[in-house]
Amino acid sequence: MDTSTATTKMPTAGYGAAIWRGLKSFGLLRESWVGMVGAFLVLFWVLVAILAPLLAPFDPNSSIQPFAKPMMAAAKGGTFWLGTDHIGRDILSRIIWGSRTVLIYAPLATICAYTVGILMGLAAGYRGGWVDDVLSRIADIILSFPVLVLYIIIIATIGASGLNIIIAITFASSPGIMRIVRGLVLDLRNRDYVAAAQTRGESDWKVMLVEILPNARGPLIVDACLRLGYVIITIGVLGFLGLGLPPPDPDWGGMVNETRQMAMAFPHMTLFPCIAISSLILGFNLLADGLREISLRD
Amino acid sequence: MVTLMVKRFGFMIFTMIVVSVILFLLLETDLTGDPAIRVLGQFSNEEQREMWREQHGYNQPVMVRYVKWLGNFATGDLGESIRFKGPVADVMLPRLWNTAILGFWTFAIMIPLSLTLGVLSGMKEGSKLDRSISVFGILTTSVPEFASAVIFSSLFVFGLKWLPGTSSMSGGFEFKQLILPAMVLIVYDFGYVARMTRASMAEVMTSQYVRTAVLKGLPYKSVIVKHALRNALIAPFTVIMLQINWLLSGVIVVEFFFAYKGFGALILEASLNNDIALLEACAMVAVCVAVTTQTLADIGYTFLNPRIRFS
Repeated sequence: MDTSTATTKMPTAGYGAAIWRGLKSFGLLRESWVGMVGAFLVLFWVLVAILAPLLAPFDPNSSIQPFAKPMMAAAKGGTFWLGTDHIGRDILSRIIWGSRTVLIYAPLATICAYTVGILMGLAAGYRGGWVDDVLSRIADIILSFPVLVLYIIIIATIGASGLNIIIAITFASSPGIMRIVRGLVLDLRNRDYVAAAQTRGESDWKVMLVEILPNARGPLIVDACLRLGYVIITIGVLGFLGLGLPPPDPDWGGMVNETRQMAMAFPHMTLFPCIAISSLILGFNLLADGLREISLRD
Repeated sequence: MVTLMVKRFGFMIFTMIVVSVILFLLLETDLTGDPAIRVLGQFSNEEQREMWREQHGYNQPVMVRYVKWLGNFATGDLGESIRFKGPVADVMLPRLWNTAILGFWTFAIMIPLSLTLGVLSGMKEGSKLDRSISVFGILTTSVPEFASAVIFSSLFVFGLKWLPGTSSMSGGFEFKQLILPAMVLIVYDFGYVARMTRASMAEVMTSQYVRTAVLKGLPYKSVIVKHALRNALIAPFTVIMLQINWLLSGVIVVEFFFAYKGFGALILEASLNNDIALLEACAMVAVCVAVTTQTLADIGYTFLNPRIRFS
């Protein structure tokens, strides 16, 4: 009885300590005001996305009253704080719901790209030899495409949808991640603890995932923050070019595309989504800068 | 040095061939959907499609078609554009020229600006100037091109009424129409180049030989200009060359936004209109430009850096 509780308690205590350590390193951000501002911006949009149904004053896809200017009172009660677009949809509600779209697709795409990139990088760096040669050449070829040209070709052939955007982003960004991971692995694979694990007879993948990967996390976390920013730009740009998520669900880039012809008379329709997307990207970039500053200090 | 050049050029040609195979497989075969449907549209009937396939030689084996296609490509026959009803080369060349003009002005302003800012902030790492330049750089790189295009046109076109809002150059070339597209590209990109320059400069400033030069009592200015800069500017050279690859992406957004008749807008038009021949040609040119600049960057870096050149 006693032993069973002890063994079940052990892992929870381990997780608790890990979470505590994570929070403490996050607390280090206090030392970098740039990182604090970034964390605040990101947190703000995450909260907006989670609380979207509570915050949005109107339904984001229903046509209420076209061409309303900001701060105008709606005929049926309520206020269009940021105005409405040409079809009469409330812009504030669309921006709030649009934050959900971005904050679902961007992290998903980044995680997919990281999974593929990390596996490729570990294999290339740890195994070396022909595996490294083949994987590195593939990465070189994909990276030689101008990135947006690659997206346009992929989306033009497989069509525009949420899943296809994730596929395209994974395809285009995993080679870059692979290069970073490979470089880190080349450095780490000669450490003593790796040799110890090899001597214990651990399998190659266990050595890579349990011994090497956790020790490469520092630079990867900073890169992930930066890359999230890039992915948000990409999703926005694809939406802006008309290659993004299909309408009518709100998507910041798509909102700019739909209303930019009317920007002269109704600048609010395009300006507010632009500010929203820029502030979120700025948040991730500042956070990455703050994290790097802290990691360099130690 | 010679082996490196041969290796690099060999890899460049290899890349181009692989890219051509990928493009061919994606756009000319059934792998991602019937090309006949893509060209003739959903509402064509089977008879029309069959006639089109017969006419354009789509019933031959894939290998034969690929070799023929590549042969035509290599000899300069890029095919016919469906959208513009003419040979692809005639459509593409003027567009390429327009983008070259835009790219030239973008680089002519961006490079001196970002190098100066990068050197200034790298000279005294951690100074107030350094911090403000780096935060400003993060700020400008965080605004996507389409967003800064919207912000600048609200400001300079609708607000102050200084500049024209479109750059279609319909009444002949006008420099005024080039300002906004170039400005958007510069603002988005200078932060990155400045950051790379700063990192390189900061590294050189902590090196032994710069310390020696300072301790020797040389004036600070001559330490920077004569000793530090020469080494600090090698890395940014590569970065700048690689920005040409980035520029090819950037111009797509900017040219689309400002209706500038350039190469980037052409790629987008080709893909939105399923103009396969045009899309293939544009993609090949884009990759060719990108790979060539990467190769030149590699060789140039080796040439500029004596530690590699003589090893």
